[in-house]
Amino acid sequence: MTTVVRPPDSDPSVTTESVLTARRLTKTFAAAKAKAEVVTALQGVSLKVDRGQVAGLVGADGAGKTTLLRIAAGLLVPTEGTVTVLGLDSARDSLAVQSRVGYMPQRFGLYEDLTVAENMDLYADLQGVPKAERRRRYPRLLAMTGLAPFPRRRAGDLSGGMKQKLGLACALIKSPQLLLLDEPTVGVDPVSRRELWKIVYELAEGEGIGVLLATAYLDEAERCHHVALLHEGRLMAEGPPRAFHDRVRGRVFLIAPPAGVAPRRIHTRLARATGIQDVTIRAGRVRLVTAADAAAGAAFDLPATWRAGMQPAEPCFEDAFMALLPRREAAFAPAAQIDDGAAAVEVGEVVVRTEGLSKYFGAFAAVQDLSFEVRRGEIFGLLGPNGAGKSTTFRMLCGLTTAGGGKLTVAGRDLRRSRARARARLGYMAQRFSLYTQLSVRENLQFYGRAYGLAGARLQARMDWAYAEFGLAAWRDRAAGELPGGYKQRLAMATALLHQPDILFLDEPTSGVDPLARREFWLRINGFAQQGVTVVVTTHFMEESEYCDRMLIMSRGRTLAVGTPEQIRALARSADLPAPTMEDAFIALAEGRAGAASSGAHQ
Amino acid sequence: MTRQSLFRMRMAGLLRKELRQILRDPSSIALAVVLPLVMLFLFGYGVSLDAEHVPLAMVLQDRAAPARELAARFEGSRYFDVRHAASLSEARRWLDQRKVEGIVCLQSDFAAHIQRQQAASVQVIVNGVDANRARLIQAYARGVLQQWGALRHARGEAAAVPAVTVVQRVWFNEGAVSRNFLVPGLIALIMTLIGTLLTALVVAREWERGTMEAILVTPLRRIDLLLGKLLPYFFLGMAGMGLSVALAVTLFQVPLRGSLSVLFVLSALFMLAALGLGLMISAAVRVQFVAAQISIVTGFLPAVFLSGLLFDLESTPLPIQIVSHVVPARYFVTIIHTLFMAGNVWSVLLPNALALLVMAVLFIALAYRNITKRLEAP
Amino acid sequence: MTVPRRIIALIRKEFALILKDPKSRVVVIVPPLIQFFVFGYAATYDLKNVRYAVLDEDRSAISGRLLARLDGSESFARVGTLTAGHQVAEVLDGRQARLVVHIGSGFSRDLHNGAPVAVQVLVDGRNSNSALLALGYIGTIVEQFNRQLAAEGLVALSGPGVALVERAWFNPNLQSRWYIVSALGGIISMVVVMILTSLSVAREREFGTFDQLLVAPFTPAEILIGKSLPGICFGLIDALLFSLGAVFWYGVPFRGSPAALLLVLIGFVVTIVGVGLLVSSMAKTMQQALMGAFVFMMPAVILSGFTTPIENMPGWLQAGTLLNPVRYIITALRLIFLQGADTAAVWPQLWPLLVMAAVTLPVAGRLFRHRSQ
Repeated sequence: MTTVVRPPDSDPSVTTESVLTARRLTKTFAAAKAKAEVVTALQGVSLKVDRGQVAGLVGADGAGKTTLLRIAAGLLVPTEGTVTVLGLDSARDSLAVQSRVGYMPQRFGLYEDLTVAENMDLYADLQGVPKAERRRRYPRLLAMTGLAPFPRRRAGDLSGGMKQKLGLACALIKSPQLLLLDEPTVGVDPVSRRELWKIVYELAEGEGIGVLLATAYLDEAERCHHVALLHEGRLMAEGPPRAFHDRVRGRVFLIAPPAGVAPRRIHTRLARATGIQDVTIRAGRVRLVTAADAAAGAAFDLPATWRAGMQPAEPCFEDAFMALLPRREAAFAPAAQIDDGAAAVEVGEVVVRTEGLSKYFGAFAAVQDLSFEVRRGEIFGLLGPNGAGKSTTFRMLCGLTTAGGGKLTVAGRDLRRSRARARARLGYMAQRFSLYTQLSVRENLQFYGRAYGLAGARLQARMDWAYAEFGLAAWRDRAAGELPGGYKQRLAMATALLHQPDILFLDEPTSGVDPLARREFWLRINGFAQQGVTVVVTTHFMEESEYCDRMLIMSRGRTLAVGTPEQIRALARSADLPAPTMEDAFIALAEGRAGAASSGAHQ
Repeated sequence: MTRQSLFRMRMAGLLRKELRQILRDPSSIALAVVLPLVMLFLFGYGVSLDAEHVPLAMVLQDRAAPARELAARFEGSRYFDVRHAASLSEARRWLDQRKVEGIVCLQSDFAAHIQRQQAASVQVIVNGVDANRARLIQAYARGVLQQWGALRHARGEAAAVPAVTVVQRVWFNEGAVSRNFLVPGLIALIMTLIGTLLTALVVAREWERGTMEAILVTPLRRIDLLLGKLLPYFFLGMAGMGLSVALAVTLFQVPLRGSLSVLFVLSALFMLAALGLGLMISAAVRVQFVAAQISIVTGFLPAVFLSGLLFDLESTPLPIQIVSHVVPARYFVTIIHTLFMAGNVWSVLLPNALALLVMAVLFIALAYRNITKRLEAP
Repeated sequence: MTVPRRIIALIRKEFALILKDPKSRVVVIVPPLIQFFVFGYAATYDLKNVRYAVLDEDRSAISGRLLARLDGSESFARVGTLTAGHQVAEVLDGRQARLVVHIGSGFSRDLHNGAPVAVQVLVDGRNSNSALLALGYIGTIVEQFNRQLAAEGLVALSGPGVALVERAWFNPNLQSRWYIVSALGGIISMVVVMILTSLSVAREREFGTFDQLLVAPFTPAEILIGKSLPGICFGLIDALLFSLGAVFWYGVPFRGSPAALLLVLIGFVVTIVGVGLLVSSMAKTMQQALMGAFVFMMPAVILSGFTTPIENMPGWLQAGTLLNPVRYIITALRLIFLQGADTAAVWPQLWPLLVMAAVTLPVAGRLFRHRSQ
């Protein structure tokens, strides 16, 4: 099963000295329910991490990444196989391993009631770092993580990115020889992500530490020396990222949409086509990976005008990832209503309008002077790092929080005045899975359907639609809490759409969702927008903003830019960056380097 | 670095962390500081089993001198607040409406009977709903009558007092003040709250918040983990005990006849037993909600009802008495009552202390056995 | 038409959540049962088998008869016979006996001569309440003994003395179990209702479902009704079950009107639901809600008169208990069970509960909407 992709020439910086070796690792868990079921988290995985090497563990949800890291840290005992860390067995000599390894769990164990310095002191005490060494080490760690200005701030008050950096500082407190990082950049904005990676590289290349890092961000795999792709507990492939690229070379294409055709429509259309492994929108163009057996772009049906804009592209890790993974069984088949892009969608009337919207918590301005409009049938994105004020804005739009100042109308109504009735036309999907976990799929749908006044045959019809549309029929009597991650997200969306709302509010719908489910999700959103549903969505995945018609980038409660993805990207265009990505644009905007007021994207 | 200095550094780190967390978390403060203080003041100033100024209806159907004199004795008693009722039916109405808790009725022939040297009867009716209080009221009424009888005997009006009288003495607590046993007993309850409930909750919280995983991956030994939770809450509980004892003695005037050092040593034993229970729960349960439920049912409720803190254990049915033997608070309440009111009575203290020692060792050993450095349950 | 349908959907969901969640199910069933038995059997002020020792220096037939009366009583159990005065301190200090009856050497002689004699009773005051009760029991026994002597003509009761006719209404045998158990339904249902309702909003907030609920077209009043009804139902069912248990398991009489019982229980449960929702809407997490419930319940029970009479408290504290809803239900339950009160008679206990319910519920409703920001 395992495909080892070895590059012809090995990376010279990688020495042969291994700091972690996993041999035929298998781990099974008894299922939560008392039945004799057994869940296999890892199956026969072998892996090696060398000194000075950054190794990435990549995979969708349930791939076994966290289990592998926990076994390496001595927190779990493998069912079969061994992990040797720095010459020690991780299960037998776990104490010795733990004093030589830095480990950062997914939710790093920061004590939120303690300050930055107190958290560091605690881990220094626990690791037995002498006082003299701390005096040398603290300033370095604080400077490296940019936390030096706030030693007295409580960890709970830090932003997501700063929390991760503090977690990293705590894991590094005793100059470990091996660093294990479990999704260190989840929920972290692009600027902080870039900084975290810089630190990781300094450690690996400067101090010769071996790093094993799990990530769900496929672009991050690109930055690793060595990547291991896990899927459902098995090692699918490993090697340097370049070796992965080679596997899909010649199968990756970019389509520049003809004038007047939104890339989204090409995307929707191609997602259904056979012979195509993956379709995404990148920097305004549609990127596609063809199936291995399809002759370059010939096997699938494509209008000539579109094919004209098609050209081969350099593959990236994500392309290889999508091509290597087996497709999911209930892969999304978009419903019939998706148009062929013959006519551009008419831009409708304004459904959401804010003018000078602001919100203060005490003296802290969460949102300041926010003005934008969303028209019928538009997908409107709210982007920004954690703490930018996205959620507060969102809560005001949904009527969950009263606006502090300014005007806000949704569907022509002021939500503050006529709440209950105006809300009947909204659909809302919260950031975390927020349905009743103990209730079954059917009961959840029934409850929310009735909540919106559906009953009898009409409710049944809508529920049948939801089962069919989201592939939930087989799960209808399972408790919502027991659904696999992707299905939870489908159910959440089904409930939000059950009453056929005019406006759909989606708060970070793809956070914590693996790349496969994310693709499926955006395809659906496209479909609904084309039916005339207005969609307002927040996300911190910059590349997802490509699916939006228009978007607003905010930071620290203020608007950085509003416009179409094309307009936003244009802000970061410069001589040395002719084709910036959305992430480049965001970083440029956040650092104040973008063409500021010169752009028409600013209001 | 030597092993010992390494150990000291770890312990100091864990202690500091735990202390800061308690001080910065409102719900810990509510449990460790506010609730104990509120209860201490309620028990010290408010709650009492001693009946005084009981409202009593007096029905004088006879207005002759002896009847008036007896009525006056009731009026003069500090136990009663007497209201005169015009008729027995009015008094009964008052009793029904809970305006009075008892009726004393002197019938119209009371004085005549006394004059003729016949037995005159005094009717005492009490509201029996609160049986405990009713009994006390009856006893007080009996006392008033006895004193009156003795007075008349001394004046030569009555030939004899009842053949046998009871001379009573209440040892250790001469005024029979209920506060003297309620407040020391409360100390056992406060220590249970901190040792069992709070400890079980904070460990479960570390699991829920994910901090436990980061702690487990440090090179702490299992014994470090145990001591790291045991010591801070041990000191917190002992501080709570010290404060309670100080308040009890100074503010609430509870006598402390035993020695303070013995009190501290034996309290430490109890604290360890309570902590052992808390740590046992926390090693088994990683969810705060469940930890709270279990520690309330196994720690808190028994400390109130199966310890002799409020209700006399020896009068309960046998099964309850048997169950009470596995409740550490039972031994400690006995110890603390004896230490406060009777003194260093070793014949009481030693066996109870031994029981506490056995329980403390057993609970902590079980907790230690269940502590794991792995994420999976052992 | 849609309004009642929405509310029914909400109520169904709330019930399903409680019944499907194993933890909530346990809260409704197990702790109440434990409390029912612990409160019923362990919470008693009645004395049984009080261990006592005797120092009989008279050793006459007549002193023996007095002691036989003590031995024959259920309340006392002799554990030792002392021979010397110094032993008294030993047995009391060491808790071998809680009580020592000391009969002096001139007992029978003085009695035959018609001189007053005294029996000395020394009692361990470490539990002052038990001490006083034990003394009361002894007083009764000695009085009966006196009467018997007089009846037999052994002593000439030349003077009449005064005969005391004692009667206890509502609870003729003065069983403190009646006192505790009649109020049990109120206390147990309070614990259940407080835990269920204090967790209900906090749980939804912690799991993120509350926002979803607020975004749906429910009015605050509808959410309030949906949130209160399960607590009210489970609280009432528990209270009524334990009231039945009091009558059929513990043999407590039920003398009042069932309608009055139902009314005060509804009034009380609604009030507690209001308090629970108030706590819940102030809490950010389930743990805070649980702590809040605990911090409310402890003083509320202590100051309710459930185990210690309110009348014994100082005046300022008695006034404070007027704000305690638990006080009213405890009083009302005892009035109904033991004193045979009807609706009119419990009205003074009922209206404060209704007033409190009318305050706490709307405040909770307002608060949980506002706090969700």
